[in-house]
Amino acid sequence: MTRFWTRLVVVLTVIFGLNYVGWRWASSLNWDAWWIAVPLVLAETYSLIDVMLFGMTVWQLKIRKGAPAPPHDATVDVFITTYNEDLDMVMTTALAAQKIRHPHSTWILDDGARPELKALAEEHGLGYVTRSEDWTSNVPRHAKAGNLNNALMVTHGEFLLILDADQVPEPDILEKTLGYFNNRRVALVQTPQYFSNVPAHDPLGSQAPLFYGPIQQGKDGWNAAFFCGSNAILRRDALMQLGLVGYVKETEKSIRRALTASRSAIRQARKSADMDTPLVAEVLDAVEAATREAQEQLAAGQPLSEITYRVRRRVDAAVQTLVQADMSALQADLEEIAAMELAQVGDAGVPVVADDAVQRMSARDWSPLGALESVQAVLDALSVERNDEAQPVMPLATISVTEDMATAMRMHAMGWESVYHHEILAYGLAPEDLKTMLTQRLRWAQGTMQVLLRENPLVQKGLKIGQRLMYFATMWTYLSGYAAVIYFAAPIIYLLLGVLPVASLSWDFFLRFIPFMVANQVLFAVAGRGIPTWRGQQYSLALFPTWIKACSTAARNVWFGRPLGFAVTPKARQTGGPSWSLIRPQIAVSVLLAVAAVVGIIRLATGLAEPLGTLVNVGWVIFDLVVMSILVRAVLYKGYEPAVDVDAGERKADGV
Amino acid sequence: MEFSYVVKDSYAEVKADGRLNMVSAPKLREFVTDVIAGGSSRIVVNLENTAFMDSSGLGALIGCLKAARQAGGDLRIAAVQPQVKMVLELTSMDRVLTAYASADDAFSND
Repeated sequence: MTRFWTRLVVVLTVIFGLNYVGWRWASSLNWDAWWIAVPLVLAETYSLIDVMLFGMTVWQLKIRKGAPAPPHDATVDVFITTYNEDLDMVMTTALAAQKIRHPHSTWILDDGARPELKALAEEHGLGYVTRSEDWTSNVPRHAKAGNLNNALMVTHGEFLLILDADQVPEPDILEKTLGYFNNRRVALVQTPQYFSNVPAHDPLGSQAPLFYGPIQQGKDGWNAAFFCGSNAILRRDALMQLGLVGYVKETEKSIRRALTASRSAIRQARKSADMDTPLVAEVLDAVEAATREAQEQLAAGQPLSEITYRVRRRVDAAVQTLVQADMSALQADLEEIAAMELAQVGDAGVPVVADDAVQRMSARDWSPLGALESVQAVLDALSVERNDEAQPVMPLATISVTEDMATAMRMHAMGWESVYHHEILAYGLAPEDLKTMLTQRLRWAQGTMQVLLRENPLVQKGLKIGQRLMYFATMWTYLSGYAAVIYFAAPIIYLLLGVLPVASLSWDFFLRFIPFMVANQVLFAVAGRGIPTWRGQQYSLALFPTWIKACSTAARNVWFGRPLGFAVTPKARQTGGPSWSLIRPQIAVSVLLAVAAVVGIIRLATGLAEPLGTLVNVGWVIFDLVVMSILVRAVLYKGYEPAVDVDAGERKADGV
Repeated sequence: MEFSYVVKDSYAEVKADGRLNMVSAPKLREFVTDVIAGGSSRIVVNLENTAFMDSSGLGALIGCLKAARQAGGDLRIAAVQPQVKMVLELTSMDRVLTAYASADDAFSND
């Protein structure tokens, strides 16, 4: 029944939305003020697409009745990932994990390699894993994805429960979820992330009831439930398959790239190196012939290992010939010196260079080819060892700082299924200050944008259209920062300058706008079934600087290889007084809005402005200021005080 | 790779800073030939800043030794670094070229 009403409101919202935005484009633009009229209608179109994607999500709302009984022989590894969190926190989670009822092994994955934590783990009989020796300083560490990939190589459970250091699990978390894996195609079961240190009014917008609720349930309906990094169970087999496919793809890509680069590298070496040395030219000829042949073999679809092995053999032979030639020349020189009899050479005549010495002088590290760095780099890249990574097989995706989303998307593209289980089975700790919260939101947004720019879901092979749009919907919401700026700018411009982006504020406008606005709010109310969504709506507008920063830094990172400026979210509260400087742009915009409202009213009083336009825009300003007001509470928030809210730690049996 | 030389009392000191490899070896040979042509046939190649040597570098060094002997002098090496020392030992060239501790030591006995 809920589904019927939800779908009805979705249909109405889309009809009213298209009616309004269509009219805005067709016949309402004030072209005299195109510089604000066009951005505004673009922002409104953005919002319409956003709500349409939301409507599509909840259209398929899937309410699961719980999993069947789990197979008793399923083996499980419980991973607790930590980097620098408080040891008490890690141990609380680890000991709770140990008490999970279904048979399992508990592992602490300590990326901080802290001896104290190792001792604590041993004392309590917990597994303890740190990075292997392969993670040298020459390879990227890949943060949490790297930590998990490392642990996957030293454990062997059929399923993995992944927990952040602060997520204390219930003893029945596996009993409630493992049964879903009876379906052999299921690779992921995600449960909600709920925070026990958040007061009812949730000043930092930590709980995400809309996401861990209708949105995940809707995505589940499209077989696109997201993996959210913690409180999730994964099938090892699926992860490994992902790692292997990724390995083959990356290797082929890097070989292809190396072969393409080899031509210019060889040409460059010919130009720069002293070509009066015929030996150098000979080696380059050999390398060129070998790479050309490899290119043909690659095009013919021959196995990568054989292609690279053959190149290496041919180049090695050429290098050995070169070294041998050097040695023969040297030998000839020595004999001439001896023949001069000007002095005795050595103690026992002319020494002979042994064959194994030639071999040694031809090896990679001493090879004369090392002098031609660009050529050597090409040859190094022509390998199947993936020397640029700590381990060839990387099951968790490393293309983004939000490895979870990227990994799940690849799983879905390979035909695996996912489940969202709507029941709180672990209790975490949310950031308790604005600074930490902003760092965390920035990281999520950056990671999501990295995935969009690196592996755009709209064009990923293997994903169904619904899955593509489910991933795209989440990415689309992170573009809201740009729309927010326009929504703040438009009323300011009208109230200060009298420039209206709409041709006229007539009945035409209200008749189209109001039904859309109302349907929109009703949709959230119906789909949300009474859960509080206002906090989320406030933050999606109020954090506009964070969203914009995320988009620009992710774009710079993906396109120009610049660092993200990424930081691990601190789990401990940051100390110090209220930090107003964190929301400087928002304060500036709020002041501008307030000033604009006052100026607008003065203009109205002096007859410079129309009553209707002023009324609408002052109303708009008030709405914007109410939205922003949450930031004042966020800055002043002093952290969670359990005494006020004794029930928060207790389990809620009826979901989020 | 950078080459330089200083004429001392009884010999000329040649310094070869950098990596003595396939690309730079021919230049060393040329450089030393020029020094010999300039009248100094007693040469010390100071290798204190030569971090690496490959087979071409070694060949060049022996080529320079030959040139020095032909001119009636000698070529000696000094201050070898670990990798160069390994190359010399591996190819038994340490039996031809004694590695002296410093450039001053090289011709101190004659």
